[in-house]
Amino acid sequence: MKRRSTILFTCSALLVVVLFVADILIGSVALPLGEVVDTLFGGGDEVTRNIVLNFRLPKAVTALLVGASLSAVGLQMQTLFRNPMAGPYVLGVSSGATLGVALFLLGMPLLGISLGNSAVSSLGVVGAAWIGSALIMSVVLAVTARIKDIMVVLILGMMFGSAATAVVEILQYLSPEGALKSFVVWTMGSLGSVSREQLLIMAPVMIVGLVLSVSLIKPLNAMLLGENYASTMGINIRRTRLLISMITVMLAGTVTAFCGPIGFIGLAVPHIARMIFREADHRVMMPASMLLGSLIMLFCDVASQLPASDMTLPINTVTALIGIPVVVVVIVRNHKSFS
Amino acid sequence: MQEKERIYTVQLQDVTLGYEDRLLFSHASVGFGWGEFTALIGRNGTGKSTLLRTIAALARPMAGEILIEGKPLSTMSRAEVASKIAFVSTEEVRVPNLKVEDVVALGRIPYTGWSGRLRSADRKAVMHSLELVGMEAFARKSIARLSDGERQRVMIARALAQDTPIIVLDEPTAFLDLPNKYEVCLLLRRLAHKEKKCIIFSTHDLSIALKLCDTIAMIQGGRFSYGTADMLISSGDMDRLFDGTALRFDASARDVELK
Repeated sequence: MKRRSTILFTCSALLVVVLFVADILIGSVALPLGEVVDTLFGGGDEVTRNIVLNFRLPKAVTALLVGASLSAVGLQMQTLFRNPMAGPYVLGVSSGATLGVALFLLGMPLLGISLGNSAVSSLGVVGAAWIGSALIMSVVLAVTARIKDIMVVLILGMMFGSAATAVVEILQYLSPEGALKSFVVWTMGSLGSVSREQLLIMAPVMIVGLVLSVSLIKPLNAMLLGENYASTMGINIRRTRLLISMITVMLAGTVTAFCGPIGFIGLAVPHIARMIFREADHRVMMPASMLLGSLIMLFCDVASQLPASDMTLPINTVTALIGIPVVVVVIVRNHKSFS
Repeated sequence: MQEKERIYTVQLQDVTLGYEDRLLFSHASVGFGWGEFTALIGRNGTGKSTLLRTIAALARPMAGEILIEGKPLSTMSRAEVASKIAFVSTEEVRVPNLKVEDVVALGRIPYTGWSGRLRSADRKAVMHSLELVGMEAFARKSIARLSDGERQRVMIARALAQDTPIIVLDEPTAFLDLPNKYEVCLLLRRLAHKEKKCIIFSTHDLSIALKLCDTIAMIQGGRFSYGTADMLISSGDMDRLFDGTALRFDASARDVELK
């Protein structure tokens, strides 16, 4: 690997470690570093142990995985659709997951089916999010197979998103208070709402998704030139499309199920990686996007705690504030290079 | 002495091309040899691109078979096809941050491992390909910043790096100015003759095709014809290319003129 990339990777990795530690220390109760280290080695008092092991550590690990996952998905979608504006949120995959969850959390009680205990409902939420995101992803793929104009695809993605939101609103209007509350709590979902038990389901799925993403580096590089070139160089296009869709559902669907919809990370982080690393090769871009995704997600989480120490901003608000300027810069730049 | 059947690099065996509702041409049988530089000509919509895409295994013929070095294309694996045929499409490649050497290095994909890492032999092939097209000084430049002529040369270098006996190009001279059209065609001819590659390209530049190509394949009115420029001129196929237009073919000038 080139020296420039090596230096950048080292710096980003160090920053991730610093932010990971900061994310554990900062919160409604600020913890001193010494005490946290003590706790991790089995010491410390019970209150601190509880805060660190049951709340702060799962939250920091969640941020790490969520950031890497959304960014890896965004990068793959941008290469697959050959569109700098593609991402799980923009193309409606996250909305699909939201719709799935709404149908589960609101629709089931409306049909008179009780959701039972929390383990069942938490697995149900994951399954519903997967089905919802898989549905939108397959529609998007079917459309792109026929329509090559990528602006049309983006507009359709936004329409799917709006349609999903509309259905969710109708469901909310019809729903009894109890079901409504559990859904609203889900939509306000944050990195901190993931419990240790949920993390045990979420982490393996995401790690598999991330490993699969890395395994697609070569086909993704070939797809940079377009599907015709990739195909004549021996790449199996159908298999690659299928795998990318699977990974998208596994990663973006799971993130949405556990943390609620998180926008702009998948779209913006690959661009930030391109600006910093100045590479197109996925051998650099894939790990760079994952690393910067973790970094930015941890930063967003720390930032969401800062304004007032006993108040937390919704994570989606913070990611939007960071992501939107990047998106604007990319649109302006693209416009220049095509005119 | 028993005459052996000649083996061609690319051979069409009774090939019929078309879509569900439209027949492009039927029962074409022809063979292209090693080191042969062939232009594929015909009006818009006659099926030039479709034929090239079919040879590159991106589409299938409606009937008939395409043989690559004597072996039916339909029985070859993806990897095998990638080691025999390189394709240059009309798609414009403008990926930000993608450098010229990266593009050419992608040509090594059929020969690299899971991550596509280049070994020293691959790196040599990339540099050699860039030298063959005269773009070695541009190796570290971004593909998005090149002129159309330069970019086309890079795409040809990528095809060369794929190290195949056959290169198929879809309108490589479209969008180029006249000197660039000649230069790209001269480059392709040199590659065909010196590197002994079979190069087939589609074009609308009739006079360049007649001057520079060894053979010409022509699709006209659902008919496929093939031969040297002289053969096609004397057989009257060239004249028929302009039937029903305001133009006619002037055999002595080997160019078109207004009626």
